[in-house]
Amino acid sequence: MKKMNGNSLPGIDDITRILLPNGITLLIRTNFNSPSVVIGGFLPCGSLFDPDEKLGLADFTASALLRGSQKRSFQEIFEELESAGANLSFSAGGHTAGFNGRCLVEDLPNLFDLLADALRYPVFPGEQVERLRAQFLTSLAIRAQDTADMASLTFDQIVFQDHPYARPDDGWPETIQAITRDDLVDFHRIHYGPRGLVIALVGAAEPAVICELVEKMLGNWSNPFQPESPSLPELKPLQKSITRIIRIPGKSQTDLVIGTSGPRRKDPEFMPASLGNSVLGQFGMAGRIGEVVRERAGLAYYASSSLSAGIGPGAWDVSAGVNPRNIQKARDLICREIARFVEEGVTVEELADSQSNFIGRLPLSLESNAGVVNALLNIERFDLGLDYYRCYKDMVRQVTPEGVQAAASKYLHPDKLAIAIAGS
Amino acid sequence: MTKGHSEHLLANGLKVLLKEIHTAPLVSSWLWYRVGSRDETSGHTGLSHWCEHMQFKGTPRFPPKVLDRAVSRDGGMWNAFTYLDWTTYFETMPADKIDLGLQIEADRMVNSLFDEREVTSERTVIISEREGSENEPFFLLAEAVQNAAFRVHPYHHEVIGDLPDLLSISREDLFAHYRTFYTPNNAVLSVAGDFKTKELLARIQALFKPIASGPNPGRLTRPEPGVNGEHRLEVEGPGETCFLEIAYHAPSAADDDFFPATVLDSLLAGPSSLNMFGGGGISNKTSRLYRSLVEKELAVSVSGGLSATIDPYLYNIVITVHPKQKPDEALAAFDVEILRLQNEPVPVAEIARAIKQARALFAYGSENITNQAFWLGHAEMFAGYDWFLTYLEKLANVTPADLKRVAQKYLRPQNRVVGTYVPVEVRERK
Repeated sequence: MKKMNGNSLPGIDDITRILLPNGITLLIRTNFNSPSVVIGGFLPCGSLFDPDEKLGLADFTASALLRGSQKRSFQEIFEELESAGANLSFSAGGHTAGFNGRCLVEDLPNLFDLLADALRYPVFPGEQVERLRAQFLTSLAIRAQDTADMASLTFDQIVFQDHPYARPDDGWPETIQAITRDDLVDFHRIHYGPRGLVIALVGAAEPAVICELVEKMLGNWSNPFQPESPSLPELKPLQKSITRIIRIPGKSQTDLVIGTSGPRRKDPEFMPASLGNSVLGQFGMAGRIGEVVRERAGLAYYASSSLSAGIGPGAWDVSAGVNPRNIQKARDLICREIARFVEEGVTVEELADSQSNFIGRLPLSLESNAGVVNALLNIERFDLGLDYYRCYKDMVRQVTPEGVQAAASKYLHPDKLAIAIAGS
Repeated sequence: MTKGHSEHLLANGLKVLLKEIHTAPLVSSWLWYRVGSRDETSGHTGLSHWCEHMQFKGTPRFPPKVLDRAVSRDGGMWNAFTYLDWTTYFETMPADKIDLGLQIEADRMVNSLFDEREVTSERTVIISEREGSENEPFFLLAEAVQNAAFRVHPYHHEVIGDLPDLLSISREDLFAHYRTFYTPNNAVLSVAGDFKTKELLARIQALFKPIASGPNPGRLTRPEPGVNGEHRLEVEGPGETCFLEIAYHAPSAADDDFFPATVLDSLLAGPSSLNMFGGGGISNKTSRLYRSLVEKELAVSVSGGLSATIDPYLYNIVITVHPKQKPDEALAAFDVEILRLQNEPVPVAEIARAIKQARALFAYGSENITNQAFWLGHAEMFAGYDWFLTYLEKLANVTPADLKRVAQKYLRPQNRVVGTYVPVEVRERK
């Protein structure tokens, strides 16, 4: 067995990156330690294209790709997948629709055939569309009862007011009801194509074999209609703190999300903000937030912060689940910690702890084929460079406490926070 | 799940299982104790889980923040789980740092402080954990079904415990529980990853050998008397969605019937994975229940679960009822599928397919060192590692006749609880 060591993190000499003439980017890394293959990928067909009155269309379309093709019925598709112990699924986010799949290596040609079939030749059978619609509506009914989901969704509506990121990718019951089968057919016909399609594959297969498969299945795919991705409007920062409460009767616990918008993934502040976020509410049992809200005050089982930078600005927030009578107390503690974080920044010691954690956990995040596929897709999505993971250690170490504080003060303003509360 | 592990018994009774895997510079170490929620009596439910929380609250050598900081600085992942039959603690670390994980476990096997103030602050954290679960309709239903299924056996309560007990359990209760069950002779250490067995074993010996063994704590054993009729119950709560849970009394993990029952679950509700950390699953859209419930628009989803336990526990099927249908119609269609298993032989090809799915799931899960170490110790809690090594073989030996017999024996209405979550409020949105 080949041993992976610190020097064999994915990099320029062991990632094969191929650009096909029709615009498909292929990323491959071999791993013969496991008999399996993992694929992942995305296309520029996300909910940014959805009209407001049909929000959820991109996600509906992506989910319906496996419901029947020109060659196969729904049951035939899943008979092939499940009989092989393989898996393939599609879903859509804001910018892209994505797919994930895995199989034993002997079944790879078939998995590719199913993938290409779903991408190119879906037929959206009417009966299947209705079945899927009922499933979406049920998910939305469950979402409406989920205090954490509703707090997070409400938080996005405050922070991203007048920006497409305010909209939930899975839509609303009335917008899901408004989507017709023709909408799905049209969305697919216009938006799905090879340009911007990225496929990453990691496992027990040689790059030449994979490349040949992709060329055979997708090499002659073209779509002259594919539009450019819509440009994002400028995000208007909050001018004051805004609190919004969503009442969900009959719940034992209330969820809070407090924060604002953070950097984009490609911004220079991303790494300092990310390390700062670790100190604030991630490191160990959830950083300073965990220490104050959970360990000292005993208010919550979960309390942590997150930074979700993407192509555009992401949310930078703190969330916690508390008993309804402790909402005020938890909110005050969290707001105080955010203010302290902005005013005082982080200590050299705290930063060193998080730097060490970021570097130390890298092998764990890259141990499996699925982990490496995620890494390859991140490289491509954010144009990080094929040697990103080899340079990662240095990039993490270069961050200073001053850099963290500058990032914190740029984005987090304690008097301009979005506060979303959902519960009884 | 390749072979090549070694087993060792220390003089103080600690069982050690080691498996070298050199594909990534990682080691995962799991310490398992033979204690879980089934060892708790009325008035003390939730004790094992709370005790697990207190193991993160420090020893004189590793005060709480020091402990957490040390593991996290090294980029480690660590956590703990409490289940019906066991409690387990793990650290997955860069290979050259695993000694820290072992030091922590040896230390907290005997030296945890159970500081009164920490007990007080953790009480509200655990109550908050319970309240978070109570927000979920499915938790409310599952708790009611579990409780209805066991009148005598201590499997009757949820691992988290009941609120009155969470309010009344004292520091002394927790500490006594800790002293009783946290002994080397009541534990199993399983380690997998990038190490040399001889060197690691010497280190384990040095760290754990000084810990004295304790009296055998035994297990709380109150067998559930035979059931003699179907139980039905309803749980009312907020929401718009109706859920149905059907729970059959099931064979224990060591029972030969467990393997046919596993294949039955796979046929009915799709393959379940034994992977705890990554690996993903396989969808269940060609399973018998998906075809007869979801494809027929009686339900929007269905899933099944069979737990490997010491004593007979439950085989659960959960159905999310279609918004336009009634739960009784979904149940009637479900019963038709059960009758089919009891009356018609399952084609051999369908069994072979279930085996291939199980094999694929193992291949996916084995990429994670943490899964490998988990597997190494987990089966020790109810059978032995051999149970795990022969798992696929035992599935492959299942015959159509076995399936018919096991379906007839266990999947009877008289052997089940049927619970319905009835949504009673419709919330206005926006």
